[in-house]
Amino acid sequence: MSEAPTPYTIVIGLEVHVQLATRSKLFCSCSTEFGAPPNTQTCPLCIGMPGTLPVMNRAAFQLALKAAVALNCEIPRFTKWDRKQYYYPDLPKGYQISQFDLPMSCNGWLPISDPKDRFEPKRVGITRAHLEEDAGKSMHDEAAGKDDSRIDLNRCGTPLLEIVSEPDMRSAEEAKTYLTELKLLLNYLGVSDCNMQEGSLRVDANINLHIEAGERKIATPIVEVKNMNSFRAVERAMAYEARRQYDVWREKGLEMGGPGGHKTTRGWDEESQATKEQRTKEESSDYRYFPDPDLVPVLTTEEQVEAVRASLGELPAALRLRLEETYGITPYDSDVLVNQGRALVDYYSELADACGDGKLAGNWVQQDVLRTLNDRQIDISRFGVSAAAMAELIGLVKKGKLTTSRGREVLAEMLNSGKSAEQSIRAIGIEEVDESALEDLCRELLQANPKIVEQVKQGKTKAAGALIGQAKKKNPNVNPGRVREICLEMIAASAQ
Amino acid sequence: MSLIDQTAAELLRGLTSREFTAVEVTQEFLDQIEHHDGVVKAFLHVDPEAALARAAAIDRKREVGEPIGRLAGLPVAVKDVLCTAGVPTTCGSRILENFHPPYDATAIAKLKAADAVLIGRANMDEFAMGGSCENSAFHATRNPWDPRRIPGGSSGGSAACVAARMAPLSLGTDTGGSIRCPAGLCGVTGLKPTYGRVSRWGLVAFASSLDQIGPLARTAEDAALLLEVIAGHDPRDSTSVDLPVPRYTESVDRPLADLKIGIVPEHFGEGLDAEVEAAVREAVKVFESLGATLKEVSLPHGKYAVATYYVIAPCEASSNLARYDGVHYGRRTDLKEMVAELATQRKQLEESGDRAALGDLDNALIRMYRRSRSEGFGPEVKRRIMLGTYALSSGYYDAYYKKAAKVRRLIRRDYDRAFAEVDLIAGPVTPTPAYKIGEKVDDPLSMYLFDLYTVGANLAGIGGISVPCGTSSDGLPIGLQLQAPTFEEERLLRGARMFQKETDWHEKTPELALE
Repeated sequence: MSEAPTPYTIVIGLEVHVQLATRSKLFCSCSTEFGAPPNTQTCPLCIGMPGTLPVMNRAAFQLALKAAVALNCEIPRFTKWDRKQYYYPDLPKGYQISQFDLPMSCNGWLPISDPKDRFEPKRVGITRAHLEEDAGKSMHDEAAGKDDSRIDLNRCGTPLLEIVSEPDMRSAEEAKTYLTELKLLLNYLGVSDCNMQEGSLRVDANINLHIEAGERKIATPIVEVKNMNSFRAVERAMAYEARRQYDVWREKGLEMGGPGGHKTTRGWDEESQATKEQRTKEESSDYRYFPDPDLVPVLTTEEQVEAVRASLGELPAALRLRLEETYGITPYDSDVLVNQGRALVDYYSELADACGDGKLAGNWVQQDVLRTLNDRQIDISRFGVSAAAMAELIGLVKKGKLTTSRGREVLAEMLNSGKSAEQSIRAIGIEEVDESALEDLCRELLQANPKIVEQVKQGKTKAAGALIGQAKKKNPNVNPGRVREICLEMIAASAQ
Repeated sequence: MSLIDQTAAELLRGLTSREFTAVEVTQEFLDQIEHHDGVVKAFLHVDPEAALARAAAIDRKREVGEPIGRLAGLPVAVKDVLCTAGVPTTCGSRILENFHPPYDATAIAKLKAADAVLIGRANMDEFAMGGSCENSAFHATRNPWDPRRIPGGSSGGSAACVAARMAPLSLGTDTGGSIRCPAGLCGVTGLKPTYGRVSRWGLVAFASSLDQIGPLARTAEDAALLLEVIAGHDPRDSTSVDLPVPRYTESVDRPLADLKIGIVPEHFGEGLDAEVEAAVREAVKVFESLGATLKEVSLPHGKYAVATYYVIAPCEASSNLARYDGVHYGRRTDLKEMVAELATQRKQLEESGDRAALGDLDNALIRMYRRSRSEGFGPEVKRRIMLGTYALSSGYYDAYYKKAAKVRRLIRRDYDRAFAEVDLIAGPVTPTPAYKIGEKVDDPLSMYLFDLYTVGANLAGIGGISVPCGTSSDGLPIGLQLQAPTFEEERLLRGARMFQKETDWHEKTPELALE
């Protein structure tokens, strides 16, 4: 890290809720699609109608299992459902079906590393991952001047996987990397789309500091931080909270377990870029968990776990290594590519194989393809140039038939017209200028610019740049590098 | 013989042979309701027009030779706890006074598919909590044998209407004895099936791990018919068991050979009324006369059954009833009054300067919950919600719920061991015949102890049946309870039928008082 070493260690644990990518809800067949008009994706069951009974969605359990296995968790043979009880208007049954003392998975880990080497690669422990149903959504006082609350139960009963990490992260960067890696893993597995805007990924953090004060090791009171709406917000909130806790400790000396050292909850405020204390009740809430008598325990066999393990496919960490080894790209490049998701990696691999230059293919994908995807807000499946067509273009650049910047013009034409590289080159009028024409042009330029020739002769080779500009004006198809070479050669020859 | 005096089996034969029509049958039962329900008060809701229309539709089906269901044209009364699309389903509670479910319980759907005529909604203790039907928020049901007395509960309306010949068949639910107890006290046959035999989808839950829907009828044969229709696996109830449904109606007439009957000495101990004991022992002799052998079996943890039940059932109830808070379900308190109340209280506290109390004052949401639930639930329901909430609270869970769950397993093991030695266990249903209305209302503990002989079957998940086996000196029915291992309803019904072939207690009819 660039900053001076801090006099404390940051200790962070994260609780992540992800919405599982099932078509239907956890205990009924209602759709989980985001954005439908309020209360249209509901049935008697998910709105808690008296007399209804939940039936577990196998697909949700299967997805959860996939995630848990990929997170290297132990999968107990027996798991059960519990009711977590509290009153809130967006929880129509008065309890949430969740898992308490016997979660469907526990004791796993997720490896994280930083391509920029800001921290040592490490494994972040996964305490547990369990399934639960989501609650509805409350909207308070949305209409101006109206003191009302509205409830949308569309989300009620949507399957969530709660992934609780060990307090293993030691910096804001590690926390952010953990989240990025977790999201990527779940994307690759098809377990969740992890879209934070649509609420399909939510993060709460627990953070405190371990401070070496002379002989004593001190832990500051744990703070739970909520309301972080992006990974960047998590990173900033953690960095902020570490500084704040250190300042508070120096000022007040509060310690975990000491007077005033109880756990508190703070919310991240995007506007002021600060955490703010949230009002919490003195007594901790009592959820009166007990086994849900409407559901039967779920039994998982060793064979089922192995079948899931076999179906995982190539996961991001392994994929990065393979790209580095196969195509000779750097960990940084493989990280950028893999982080874009499986489809882009496939595109890259096809391109690298076709053009035979992994490094060059990587540059084009990272710079030009990604920029286009980003500008047009599309994903690779809708990118208009196939890997084969792209390989043809890169081949031309590699052979020196096109400069990189003219290559970009060609790519733009290919994207607009859907034509091949050769066709696009013709369409925008790029022609190869033959060597003798080029020499004629250079000779002409040198005659017209004696001052520049003089400067170059005195050693200011940079001055030749102005000649290139003029050459391009006269004939846009010239290769600027070649123009420069020829001009310098001619000046050198005339000086002898 | 008038139509209402016939059993369901007899009525079905008459309907099939076109001796009479479903409309005629339905009309006679409706007439009986009209004449006598003013006294008995078995029903909460009767829609004569809808029932007759349904009967007429079934008659038409029969006339034109369309395929018809197993119960075609038979009136069936339904405990007001089973959701029926568009029909009030109050659970005997003020809080659900205006609840009209948009869907049918599976048991109801099966009745409809079998072409039954749903004749009315039977009264019950509020949310099935009680053994006397006095806890109904609307009115108490009276015992047809003596209107000063309770019919038993919680399926009091379901038992009373069959006893009073207002319906040949009815559905009840049994969480701790709620079918068997009123069947015993009203002199009808009532069967609590094995947990998982009948789908609970659409049964408004009291205690989910104990609740089970079952038939009440005049005879074991009729109970077999109704059970056959409602039993079976339901993909919408995870706890329903995927086992084929035997043809109870075909086997019910076959006596049980080499029958070994278990007698639990503890069931004949302190607290059992002498007349009840005599009648039950006499009933057991009937089985002996049919070749059965008797064997004493022990249920050593039976003495903890009531205590165990009154932890587990309230725990589940406190959770199941949380949804009635006036937000989505349950009658909501008057908000204007509520706001005014809060404002007055705030003002008083501000004036008195009691800042601590001011800080503790409910916000509007909490006050709405508090008032809605206070107004909507009756005292027994509140008692059980409080018991359950307490027992599940952090720090008490292990001592109450967890301990009770362990004892429950021991009780189940006791039954397993007993059934390794005997085919059926015979004993009393209730400690005494029907007591007087109001007699125990101030003594919940003695009411709870009335479940002594029935709660074991619910905790163990096994089936039990109550059949009439005698009459007290006051002229009140006495019931015999038979219990069998899980999914041995066939054995219960055949045993009951054996007994009913030899006796006529089930044929006795109360003299109904007129208002």
